[in-house]
Amino acid sequence: MQVKDQVRDDVTIRFAGDSGDGMQLTGSLFTNTTALQGNDIRTLPEFPAEIRAPIGTVPGVSSFQLHFGSKEIMTPGDECDVLVVMNSAALKANLSLLRKGGIIIANTSGFDKKNLNLAKYGEDNNPLENGSLSDYIVIEVDVTRLTKESLSDSGLSYKDIERSKNMFVLGLLYWMYNRPLDSTISFLNQKFTKKPEIAQGNIKVLKDGYHYGETTEVFAETYTVKKAQIGAGEYRSITGNEATVLGLVAAARQGNIPLFFGSYPITPASDILHELSALKNFGVTTFQAEDEIAAVSSAIGAAFGGSLGVTSSSGPGIALKAEAVGLAVMLELPLVILNIQRAGPSTGMPTKTEQSDLLQAMYGRNGESPVVIIAPATPGDCFDAAFEASRIAIEHMIPVYFLSDGYLANGSEPWKFPQQKGLKKVNVRFEPARNGEDNPFLPYARDERLVRSWAIPGTPGIEHRVGGLEKEAETGNVSYDPDNHQLMTNLRKERVDKIADSIPLQQVDSGKDHGDAVLVGWGSTYGSIRTAVRELMVEGYSVSHVHIKYLNPFPKNLGEILNNFDQVIVPEMNSGQLVKLLRDTFFVPAKGINKVKGRPFFVDELKQEVKTILSEKV
Amino acid sequence: MSLETIIDLHIKNGAPGDMNYTGKDFSSDQDVRWCPGCGDYTILKQVQTAMPEIGVKKEDIVFISGIGCAARFPYYMDTFGMHSIHGRAAAIATGLKISRPELSIWVISGDGDSLSIGGNHFLHLLRRNVNVNYLLFNNQVYGLTKGQYSPTAPSGSVSKSTPYGSIDHAVNPLSFALGADGSFVARAMDRDPKHLNQMILRANSHRGTSMLEIYQNCIVFNDGAFERFTDKKTRPVEAVYLEQGEPLIFGEKNEKGIRLDGLVPKVVSMKNGEFSKDDLWIHDEKDKTKAYMLSRFFDQPEPGDENRMPRPFGVLFAEERFCYDEEVNRQIAGVVERKGVGNLDELLRGRETWIVK
Repeated sequence: MQVKDQVRDDVTIRFAGDSGDGMQLTGSLFTNTTALQGNDIRTLPEFPAEIRAPIGTVPGVSSFQLHFGSKEIMTPGDECDVLVVMNSAALKANLSLLRKGGIIIANTSGFDKKNLNLAKYGEDNNPLENGSLSDYIVIEVDVTRLTKESLSDSGLSYKDIERSKNMFVLGLLYWMYNRPLDSTISFLNQKFTKKPEIAQGNIKVLKDGYHYGETTEVFAETYTVKKAQIGAGEYRSITGNEATVLGLVAAARQGNIPLFFGSYPITPASDILHELSALKNFGVTTFQAEDEIAAVSSAIGAAFGGSLGVTSSSGPGIALKAEAVGLAVMLELPLVILNIQRAGPSTGMPTKTEQSDLLQAMYGRNGESPVVIIAPATPGDCFDAAFEASRIAIEHMIPVYFLSDGYLANGSEPWKFPQQKGLKKVNVRFEPARNGEDNPFLPYARDERLVRSWAIPGTPGIEHRVGGLEKEAETGNVSYDPDNHQLMTNLRKERVDKIADSIPLQQVDSGKDHGDAVLVGWGSTYGSIRTAVRELMVEGYSVSHVHIKYLNPFPKNLGEILNNFDQVIVPEMNSGQLVKLLRDTFFVPAKGINKVKGRPFFVDELKQEVKTILSEKV
Repeated sequence: MSLETIIDLHIKNGAPGDMNYTGKDFSSDQDVRWCPGCGDYTILKQVQTAMPEIGVKKEDIVFISGIGCAARFPYYMDTFGMHSIHGRAAAIATGLKISRPELSIWVISGDGDSLSIGGNHFLHLLRRNVNVNYLLFNNQVYGLTKGQYSPTAPSGSVSKSTPYGSIDHAVNPLSFALGADGSFVARAMDRDPKHLNQMILRANSHRGTSMLEIYQNCIVFNDGAFERFTDKKTRPVEAVYLEQGEPLIFGEKNEKGIRLDGLVPKVVSMKNGEFSKDDLWIHDEKDKTKAYMLSRFFDQPEPGDENRMPRPFGVLFAEERFCYDEEVNRQIAGVVERKGVGNLDELLRGRETWIVK
């Protein structure tokens, strides 16, 4: 049989298997190889909430989706073109995400009676045999048996052989998509330096998987995805949480101050703690506190002492930190609060994504205690957003919320990383020592931006007291004076508003600066909205895309931009939060497109919703 | 670039503070606003008196408090200070101490602040042994909120929120501290300023979390809670002062002692010649088991019983063990020594890159 090679603009592959099948690694390796081939790429890992759910069951399925292409790729893909399933539970959990006509590559050993029962198909109801998959192209490969045969002479243990079967699948996929093996081979050699026999075993299986594709006749087609036209430069692959870490470290370095990170483990934020704790030689101190409150409190203590104070969490933990954030508002200290949002309320769905904490960040504290809010749009953008959050916190002596989410945190993209020399300087203004000056030191004296200086212990002559009680305007002494409280309340608001003077003006991301409708988004919906808007534009719709990074204060020109459109449409992975702020601030009759399913927007569903709204108008 | 170098770079360029302090130098310009006759006044005075003796520059001293009457304390000290939020002073102090280990940090807290809302942080501060001084003002009542019973109030306490008597079992602060592996556990009282002063200085010289419980009279809502220890007439019978290496002696004429009968402490009289000082329990502040027994000398048995145990004052327990803040910084220094100061460009670059032309 002649194998035909087809050219594709973009492809979405989903690897799915049991938690122990190594699907995350398989996906990551395919991602690296593909990025090195010059494709644009986005990924989305999905883990089960349970660490070791029973083997072979649907709750134990772990998957990794990647979308790559020769064109601009902004999302991990709506439906996938290829679904790799290592067992029947993986098929059951993921079939709805495969497009009609898509390819299923099934490991037949994962469809034996035991696995069919565990997946609750029932042992006499094998989907590979009962005709239920007639809408798809099913390719059956006995990966488990072929891996065992491949390593029968290797001397490796049963367990080691079993664990290398993902390499067979990876090799097969490399053949299908014309990818080279070298990057993966060097990774394996590096990973198993101390166990070369395991490295050799894995490499053999990888190659055998590749050759299996070449020599058997089960595959009718291979695919070529040409290099993407992406900006010239040097790239690396990065996840949102990794980029967040780098942004924090870079900002502290640019301000020449230490970074103190107080945190308590929580999904999906914990990776930030893991990564930062390894960077002790970068002026980073990490503290795994006894609880969320201690985490933020320790960061406030460190900020009082002259460090950039940072704490991280997800929704439930952020709720616990609220009182302490209010204290930081009162004290006027640099504090960055990273909220890697997840689906709520309460414990909600820890491993699923949502952007429903915007109003919590905006209003979720007692009294009126305004803070700055910044949200990254893509995994790589987490670097810029974390850097900006830190810069503003330090230069304006104010708490800043950074609103990422599970989708950005674990998703990855190629990132044209910056160099230190290209980074902004972060201006730290420590109050200098005083020696016998007549005027008393005023801890809350302000400059024209309404910012006080950072007066840290150890500096002679500026001993002073701060606290959570309302304070007199300049001295910081406790004050219950009615006019003073009015003044201070106004001032805390003005301090935030004034930051709009120093942040970039809002740009229109796609489309014209006027038209029938503008889609206004924030955070991780960026890729879906951008892709939807660009496709709608091609279809002749007069739509544009504005994506807001600075959510409080808004960029100064945002209202003006919105007024140039007949309709303002706000897609959000919540029941309507930014839309409320926009209506409230700019009096625009904005409409929401809302989804709370723990999954990102699909481009097609967004387009459909926009079309409906536009047709209603006519 | 180590953390210290960064701090040095920024701030150690000023003239060092004058070290010839008197107690007055530590008094801020703020009017003290506690109720007249409040025990807090004596404690403030003794802390201000102790400050010139600890040999630390004013600018290197920080007082951190939570919420409660005692929490106003930092405002009255002419040092750096933070009046924070309820129960969290220990956590704030931990962050500050880790990032600025050279500072002398004093946490001012109360029975509610430490043992109700802040119990978790107090526990973890003690077990980590962060090198701060912790003054726990215990008045067995919520004063600032006007008179509810506190977690240290004895069962049956009648208060605004317990008109029929509290049915809570009271927490014993010193047993709690020992249970949390506190490395320094001591008790003093507001009405014995000389001893209080000694204890403040002892707390300061201990490396690690120095937990000093101070019995403090709330004149408005719980007046006389500790009168039997503070009244000069009853004190000799109701209190025993602990001295390292000395026998446990008390009584109006120092005629009573405490003797260990196996593991059971017993009050014995030295009047009739049956027992002498040599038969008594010799205080050893390094003995944790005995320290715990001392912490249980707590209103047992009832007054009048001849075996009634006096309440111990002084250092129950003190041990040297590693401090969290020092070890964190030692670990960082070790990593810097091994790996060198991190190169930001290498970090941004990561492990694997590719070039698009």
